[in-house]
This record gives sequence, C-alpha cells and structure tokens, in this order.
Amino acid sequence: MSGKSVHPLMKYIRPETLPLPHCPGCGDGVIAQCILRAIDELGLDFTKVAFVSGIGCAGWIPSPLFNTDVLHTTHGRPIAFATGLKLANPELNVVVISGDGDLSAIGGNHLIHGARRNIGLSVICVNNFIYGMTGAQVAPTTPHGLRTDTTPYGNLENPFDLCKLVEAAGGTYVARWSTLHVRQLIRSIKKALQRKGFSFIEVLSPCPVRYGPLIKVRHPVDLVKWLQGIMVGKEEAKRLSAEELSQKIVVGEFVEKTAPELSEQYTKIRWTENGEN
Amino acid sequence: MGGIFLSSELGKRVDFLEGNVACAEGALAAGCRFFAFYPITPAREIGQVMALKMPKVGGISIQMEDEIASISSIIGASWAGLKSMTATSGPGFSLMQEGIGYAVQTETPCVIVDVQRGGPGVGQVGVPLQGDVMQSRHGAHGEYPILVLAPSSPQDMFDFTVEAFNLSEALRTPVILLTDAYVSFMRESVVIRPSWDIPIINRKKPALKGEISFFLSEDVAPMPAFGSGFRVHVTGSCHDELGYRKVSDPKDLDHLIKRIYGKFEKHRNEIVRLQKIQVDDAKIVLVTYGSPFRSTLWALKKARMEGIRVGCVRLVTIWPFARREIAKIAEQVDKIIVLENNMGQILDYVRSAACGVAEVGFLPPQILGAIHNPKYVLETIRKEASS
Repeated sequence: MSGKSVHPLMKYIRPETLPLPHCPGCGDGVIAQCILRAIDELGLDFTKVAFVSGIGCAGWIPSPLFNTDVLHTTHGRPIAFATGLKLANPELNVVVISGDGDLSAIGGNHLIHGARRNIGLSVICVNNFIYGMTGAQVAPTTPHGLRTDTTPYGNLENPFDLCKLVEAAGGTYVARWSTLHVRQLIRSIKKALQRKGFSFIEVLSPCPVRYGPLIKVRHPVDLVKWLQGIMVGKEEAKRLSAEELSQKIVVGEFVEKTAPELSEQYTKIRWTENGEN
Repeated sequence: MGGIFLSSELGKRVDFLEGNVACAEGALAAGCRFFAFYPITPAREIGQVMALKMPKVGGISIQMEDEIASISSIIGASWAGLKSMTATSGPGFSLMQEGIGYAVQTETPCVIVDVQRGGPGVGQVGVPLQGDVMQSRHGAHGEYPILVLAPSSPQDMFDFTVEAFNLSEALRTPVILLTDAYVSFMRESVVIRPSWDIPIINRKKPALKGEISFFLSEDVAPMPAFGSGFRVHVTGSCHDELGYRKVSDPKDLDHLIKRIYGKFEKHRNEIVRLQKIQVDDAKIVLVTYGSPFRSTLWALKKARMEGIRVGCVRLVTIWPFARREIAKIAEQVDKIIVLENNMGQILDYVRSAACGVAEVGFLPPQILGAIHNPKYVLETIRKEASS
C-alpha cells in the first residue's frame, strides 16, 4: 500500500467485497460509514462486535462488507437470530441492521418482543419508505395515498411510526435520524453500542431508484432535499399544529432510560463455573 | 442455585419417565445449553423441564414469541458456540420450515423435536398421527438432504436425542427428532447411563488462526463461534466455501447443493440406521418406524411363536431413506408390509426401493391417529402368511 492513502475505515472492511452493491444515490453507504465511524471512535474490538442482518437492501450493509462475524438471516428474523446469539454469548456487542420492511412488516413481531424483553441489541432500521430490492412495493412505512407497485390506486393504509411503536413496546433507547444527520447518527450509534438494553435507531434513507420515481423526485440530490424538507426536529415539532405535523417526520432522540437487560438478568439465575450463583 | 443435577450425573439408574421428559434429559446429557420454545401441546413437558433445569446446568431456556423466533434463535445460539434445540408440534413445525432450510444450507448444527399430532390445520392435539413424515423430509423450499430420527419409546427419546445432537455436531446439520403424542406422553422405565458412559460428539472448531474456509466441505468444515476472531460470514443465500454470497450463476447453486448432498453421502454409513429383527429367514417383512413399531414388535413375536417366517425392519433414521438396505431385503422376501399411522408417507419410498422385486402392502391402523391394534397386525400377518 506504499504511496497510496488508505481509507481509515478500510480495516473494518473485507476488501474483496468492494464496491458496494447498492444503487447510486442510496443512503446505505452513508449508514455503513456512520456505523464504522462509531465503532472506530469508541475503539471497540471489532471481533467482539457481531452483525446480524435481514433480507433487503439494508441487510447488505454489513453482509459481507464488514470484516467481523456477520449473520445474514432469513427475511424478517434478524432480531430473533440475534436474541439467540446475544443470550448465548452476552459478551458480544450484537448489532442488527435491516430495512423497514424486514423489521416492521414480516419481522414486526420480533421487533416488539425484542423491545419488550429489553434484550441487549442495537437495532438500526433503515427506512426508505418502500420495498426497494423487489421493485417498489408498498411498505408499512409508505405514506397514505402513495401509488406503488402493489397499490396502483393509492395506498389505503397508514404508515407506522416505528419509534413510537418501539417506545411503547419497551425499548430503552429510541432515536430517529436520516442520512443527512451524519454526526447525530454517529453519536446515537455510539450510545447504542455502549448501552445495555434494546436500542432502536431508525434512519431515514433516500432511495432514488425505487422511491424517488413514485414521488416524482428522481435525482438523488433532489431526493435528499425532499427528505430535508419533510423532517422536523423534536423541539420544533412542539410548535407545530397537528395538521402541520401530519405532513412531517419528527427526528431526534425519543427515549433514553435504563431497565434490566435480559441476558444480564438471565446470568443471575444461571449456574456458572466460578460458582457465583 | 448451585451445581449440576442432571439425571445422568448420578450414575447408572432407571427412572420411570414420560417420553418428553426423557427427551429433555437426553438433550441436557448431550450438552444442549440453549433451548427456545413456544408453548404447544403435546410438546409442553420438554419446555417445562428445560426451563427448570437449563439455568442449573449453566444453559439458557427462553420462551420466544412464536416458533419462527424459536428456530431462528437456536440457529443464532449455535453460531455463538452452544448446542441448541427447540421442540414443537405440527403447526409450529410448519412455521419452522424456512429456518430448518436455512440451518441445512448454512450448516448450522441444532436439534428440532417435532411431537406429531393430528392434522391438518389445528387438528387434534393429543392424537399421535404420523402426519409430518413428508414435511420433515421436504418441508422447506429448495433441494436439500435432511436427517430425521424416529423414536418409539421413552428410552429412545433419551437415547435418540443424544444421538441427534451427536449427528448434528458431527455433520454440521440440523437433526429432526420425529416423535408423536403417543411416544411423548407414554411413561416407561428409562435406563439412564452415567454421563461418562454417554459418548458425546462436539463440532470441529478451526484449529489455525488463519483459517477462512468454513463451508461446503464434504468432510465437514470446521465451525468457528462468533466472537472468536475468525470473522466468519454466514448467509442463507447461496454461497461459496468462504461464505460469500453467490447469487447469479446457477453453477454456484449446483455446487452448494451437491456439496451438501455429498457430505451426507460421504457419511451415509454413520447416518442411515435401521434395526433388523428376524429378517434373515423371513418371507414377510414388516417395515415400520416410530410408535407403530411397538404393535409391530408384539405381533411379530406372536407370529414367530406360531412358526410364521416374519421379520421386521425398523427405520431408526427415516431420512435419509434406507433405500439400498430395503432394496436388498426386497430381493430375499416375498412380501413387504409397511406400517405407518397415516395414509402412506414412507410407503412409496419402500415401493420404489423394492422396485417390483417384492410385493409391497400397506397397513395403517383401523382408525387413523389411533394406535395399531397389535391383534389386528397379527391377524394381517397370519392372512398374508396363508395366502
């Protein structure tokens, strides 16, 4: 590598897996970098961080890019796989990365139960409002009225507020940012990695290939500007009327509290070789 | 809370155990240290015993939100290095199929207990229909081999569970213990050998720090635990020896499927097990497995006392199917009768193995889901012998 400068995050990447498989303008590369920067800034031993990902574009953020243990699972189940992994080895820092469809539609049950159990996982949910990989079908996060591949007459259903859902289910750290909030996102991921309980970070991410055309914003830069326009900070949101707020997505940190974590609780009832219990 | 209190730690003894309890004891003796469960009849007692005993042996037992989560979590725990198991019945077994396919394909050792009950649908919870035999073979999508053991008694429930773990660890594949409500609810004497007398197989771990090939070896690739520094990439997508996704060239899928089948073929002699009883001079051979083996055995003994030259082949592993062994037996007998508690699920496999060399008949119980009346089996043997 003499004479060539190497990206400071290359040490976390399997070089043979580059370039990324994601479409031009996709937010997943930004998210990948935010995760690795958070790990780098914390100075974590990368071999003690395990990534579990689901099916869909976001599942390909760590798989196979990240050069540590990665479990790329069945559709919707990464939180369930990760629950087994974390309980079986509580020393591991287990991070789940997947999309809104994987985590909140097919995997919605595992999401709420993971939060309810307060199992020590950092869940990063990439929300692009659509099923990207399969070709622009309606997701549980798609706005009401939008025409998609499978709602040609407009979406008759309402989107989830995933942060409220996880908060109600018992998540102990809940935040929402976008790929525009690089610094805030890194800070939140660092918090999640250091916390004990169930942490949930939703990241709004532009999909110029599948979502952009549906809202007639095709250029990636325009789509990022559109995203900027629909977001509102937590404090500013308080000043908006219900009518105004219904057109916006609130970003910020929503929950930060402590509660007994599951694998730690289990350790207390478990016989150990040093006979502590 | 302290200490180990496994039945097998107390030296050789005889317990009067329910099949499900024997299964849980067998799992603990085999070294199972992660168990996930979703409540279902008739598998309840396995979950009950595991929840009670697992923490005391340093393991984990968790009730998940559904059977999909159960199978998923045991796969996750297996990659953390623990021997893991789940138990369920037909409806839950259906939900687990995708996970089972994933475990075969990612070569993840784990044990799945299916206590069969009456189906389809919600069916009848306490009725021991052998309705899941084909589901255990081909329930997941895609092309894959699978290993299924069929116990016939509480003793088998202990022994076969240990064996299921050993085979699972040796081959890096999920193993299904296909029992039914009859065998699982039955109480019988179970001889529990002392732990030092129970052979235990543990998965091969990578020896060298630089090892990178953890998949698709017919000799069974070593399996690193997550967190041990091997940076393993595990995917349920088609992959190569290094675990990298290969999703466009059919040659890669062909390679994956044939390697996994090749692994089974290479170890066939360790896998395919059957019990032959008085087959050598037999003119009629009864082929059976699981709970009908009990009625078959009683009828066989009576028929032999009457001088009828009848024998029995009891399939210990239903899958992979003992095609070669059945074909050989077909050459030496006049008639094969298949006894199973369904409309004939293994029947066509026996027919194709016999390949017209011996006549193949079928004997379900008079009422599906009820056990085979031993006297009815005996009468059938007499009728066949005199015809």
